[in-house]
Parts: sequence; C-alpha cells; structure tokens
Amino acid sequence: MIQTKTIANTLKYMTLLIGVFVVLFPPYVVIVNSFKADEEFNTGSTMALPESFFNFDNFKAVFERGGLINGFANTLTIICITLVFNILFGTMVAYVLGRFDFRLKKAIFALYLFATVIPGITTQVATFGIIKSLGLYNTMGAPIVLYIGADVIQIILYLQFIRNIPVDLDENAMVEGASLLRIYRSIIFPLLTPATSTLIILKSISIYNDMYTPYLYMPKQALGVVTTVLMRFQSLNLANWNLISAAILLILLPTVILYFFLQKYIFEGVASGAVK
Amino acid sequence: MFGSMSYLKQKRIIIFTFLLIPVALLLLFTYYPASKLVYFSFTSWDGYSPEKPWVGLDNYREVFLNPDIFGVFAHNFAYFIMGLVQNVIAIYFAVILNTRLRGKNVFRLLLFLPYIMNGVAVAFMFGYVFDTTQGSLNLFLNSIGLTHLSETSWLGTKGLVNYALASTGLWRFMGYNMVIYIASLQAIPSDIYEASKIDGANAWQTFWRITLPNMKPVIQLNLFLTVTGALEVFDLPFVLTKGGPAGASQTYVQRVVETAFAYNNYGLASAMSIILLFFVIFVVGAQQFVLSRGGSSK
Repeated sequence: MIQTKTIANTLKYMTLLIGVFVVLFPPYVVIVNSFKADEEFNTGSTMALPESFFNFDNFKAVFERGGLINGFANTLTIICITLVFNILFGTMVAYVLGRFDFRLKKAIFALYLFATVIPGITTQVATFGIIKSLGLYNTMGAPIVLYIGADVIQIILYLQFIRNIPVDLDENAMVEGASLLRIYRSIIFPLLTPATSTLIILKSISIYNDMYTPYLYMPKQALGVVTTVLMRFQSLNLANWNLISAAILLILLPTVILYFFLQKYIFEGVASGAVK
Repeated sequence: MFGSMSYLKQKRIIIFTFLLIPVALLLLFTYYPASKLVYFSFTSWDGYSPEKPWVGLDNYREVFLNPDIFGVFAHNFAYFIMGLVQNVIAIYFAVILNTRLRGKNVFRLLLFLPYIMNGVAVAFMFGYVFDTTQGSLNLFLNSIGLTHLSETSWLGTKGLVNYALASTGLWRFMGYNMVIYIASLQAIPSDIYEASKIDGANAWQTFWRITLPNMKPVIQLNLFLTVTGALEVFDLPFVLTKGGPAGASQTYVQRVVETAFAYNNYGLASAMSIILLFFVIFVVGAQQFVLSRGGSSK
C-alpha cells in the first residue's frame, strides 16, 4: 500500500517536472543567448550558458535601435486611458442594469451578452472603414476606442459582481436621503473594487499582448507599441538571434514580474471565467 | 440640485446618462460593423471606390465552392486536435495538483506562466526553438540520440508546420485551462470523496465515477472554447511563418485579412467573415444547448 503510494507520487512528480521542463526550455534558450556577444553566439552551442551574465550589450542595442522605450510609453498610455474609461463605463452600465428596471433593460442586456459571442476579429474588415472615417486611423485613438467600445468583457464582470452587493445598502442610503448619483459613487463604485482590480490586471495583460489591433490601425513607426516594435525589430535583425533574444526578454519581463506579484488575483480572475 | 429631485426622476436621468455613451460605443463598434459586413458581403466592393456593385450570393458561392478558400480550414484543424490534447494534459495536471502534494503552488505558478507572456515574443521564441539548423529543439533531439529526427524542418514542412504552430498554442494556453479545471475541482464537496473512500473505491474509480462527472460542465465549456479558438487563430502563424511555406500554414482569419487588405476584395472578405461568424455563433449556440440540458448537474 505504502509502496504504491510512493510509486504514484514519484510518477506525479516526474510528469510535473517534464511539464515544467517543457515550459521553461524556450525561455531558458532566450535568456542564455540574450547575454552572448555575436562571436560567442556564432561559435558556441545555442544551449550553452553565456560567458558572462553581465554582458548587457544586446539589451543596450535593443534600447538604442529598437525604439523600445517609445513602445513601452505608447503601450502604457493606451492601457491607462483605456482602463479609466473601462472602469467608469463598466461600473455605470452595471449599476443601471443591475439595480433598475426599465423598458429596454432586457434588450440592452441581450445586446451586451450577444456581443461577447461576436469575435472582434471577424468584423475587422468593416471596423476598419469606421475607424478611418472617424479620422482615428494611425492615431492612438483607434486602439483605445476599440478596447473601450468593442470589448464588453468588463460589463459582464461587473454585472456578476454587483449581484453580490446587497440592495439593502442602496435602500438604507435612500432612506437617509442620498441621491442615486451619490449611491453609485460612495457605495456601488467602492464595493466593486475587487472586480476593478481583476479587470485592471487582466485587461492590462490582454492589451499589452494584443498584436493585430495596433498592427492594423497604427502602422506609423512613432506609434509602435511593444508588440509592433518587437515585430519591426525582428524583421530588421533576422539573423541576429542574440539581439532578438534580448528584445524578447525585455518584452516578456514586465508581465512576468507582474504575474509573480499578483498571481493570486490573476488566478482568481481566470477561475471566475469572466475573461477569455 | 440633483439630490432634491424625486427618485423616479433621478432614476430616469441616471439610466439615460449612464447608458448613453457605453451603448453608443457598443452599437458603433460591434453592431454597426457587423451589419455593414452583411451588406459588403453581397457586393464586390474593393475597399475604396464609391460604388459598391451588388453581386447577390456570388461571394458566398465563391467561399464554399472554391476549395482554395474553404480548404484553409484544414489548417485550422491542427489547432483543434492540439486543443484536445491540451485539455487532456490540463485535466491531468489539475487533478494531480488538487491532491496533497508538496510544492503544488510552485508547479501551478510555473505551468501557468506561458499564458501571461506576450504572444508575439512567444512566437519569436518558438521561431528560435523550431529553427532547423540552430534551433534548440533539434539540438536537444540530437543530444538525446534522436539524430534522424533532429534534421526536421519543423516550420518548413507542409504537413508539420500547422502542428508545430499549434503545439506552441498548447504550450501557451494549457495552464489557462488547468487553472479553470483546478477551480472546478475545488468546488467538488469533499464529503463525496470521503464517502467513496469508506466504500473502498480506488483512485482510478474515484476519478472516473466522481471527479470526471463533476467536471463535465467545465470540460464542455473548455472544449467549446477550443473549437472557437481553433476557428479564430491568427497571430501565431501570422507572426511566425507569414502563412508559409507556400500558404501551408495560412489560417482562415489570415486569409480574410489578406483578401481584404492585400487584394482589396472587401466583398469576398466580408462574406468569409460572415461565414466564420455563423460558425462561431453555431458553436456557442450548441454550447448553450448542451450546457442547459446538463444544467441540473451544474
């Protein structure tokens, strides 16, 4: 009995270790090569450790030639503006749909639910014309407006949360004469904070990782975001894998660091099933 | 001023002002494009001319009858197959990480790690892994003695490229499925397990009779996500192979984007999008049907 248990546990650990090996193998190769000088890279094995982990030349080159700082700045700007509006509109819609009864409520609710089914990528062909006619093509407004308007996941997330806030709180405040605007601002909005923090984390990651929206709508070089900057850098340095490795690593680091600090919230957000 | 109005009046104002902009955005960026798409799909519009000649169902006929277009779905099939494998692996890891095991949080942390990584960076990373001469995969295969395999051109061989790309998807998204499965396992009441232990059930029986049936709704949900995900694949092949070699790894969405933006055939591209939209809606509809039928167990 004890023996079978040991065998079972050994098997579990072996498969887990294989899984971890498969996960870490590609990043390992990127990490070791990002520290190698050209000659060292060309002569040695791709899998060997670098001569020194203090050779930051590749990273310096990426910053100087890749426009990476600009890319990070653009991405951060887009994320911040998008999040402000997402949080504002998300809580507002959830407040109205979650608390009041009115004639078009069911219809609007259905519009939001059905919108989650329509994959944004399929309507791109028509969306493109709309963005152009609004004069937003090749401006940061294009991705911002699309992340705010075409992605409705935050509304679904807030609607799930607002159900758990007791209506008694609203009613008590109304007895004391608080206006509805005040109830939204001082009761609903603060109590939706857990949903807001989930939204901030998951939405930041998804915007940071999005490629086709900036690629399609902001081809201008000055408007590069992390993904498009990386693509441009790769196409200009095709054979220099050590340089590209450094660029890949720099782009991976921010979300990986964020992940190690905020893992609890990320797991909760994913497990709640609200975000794809 | 606002506070002195009656609650009925306040309610009306709040409903109107709070919904105005969000609903306008929803209509403008989701439903308006969708309706335009339907209209374009019946025309042969080139994307810039003022006139949009009406062609009826010609575009739809073209999509279904031209094997060159519809056949692209065969490339998406690889992603479906790998998606199934991904779910099996995810269930396996979820089940063993749900037992009492030292270090399970570290394993969960590492196995989920790829999901939060930047997709473009991951694509280039795997470009490096799959490279024929310098690639770490071939070097690794060579070092463990599989020399005949180590000369494979993973991204340059027609039958292989889609599975190589799809395995990158598996690498990236397995942890995501796993975390959802772990959450569903934690929701199974522990007294069921205790009762089965008293009845003398072994681990295998417990898995088949208790764990798996209780996970059924979540497994269904993940399988539907796998199908829609496989239909919508775009960025991985777009970044890594540009659809090559010779179009062998082009996915359906990539074909749509190319038809519209490279060949200026907006009419045909719109029809292709509408057909994809119907497939996705059909899959989600089937999902709702299946889930609501098994709703009592949920």
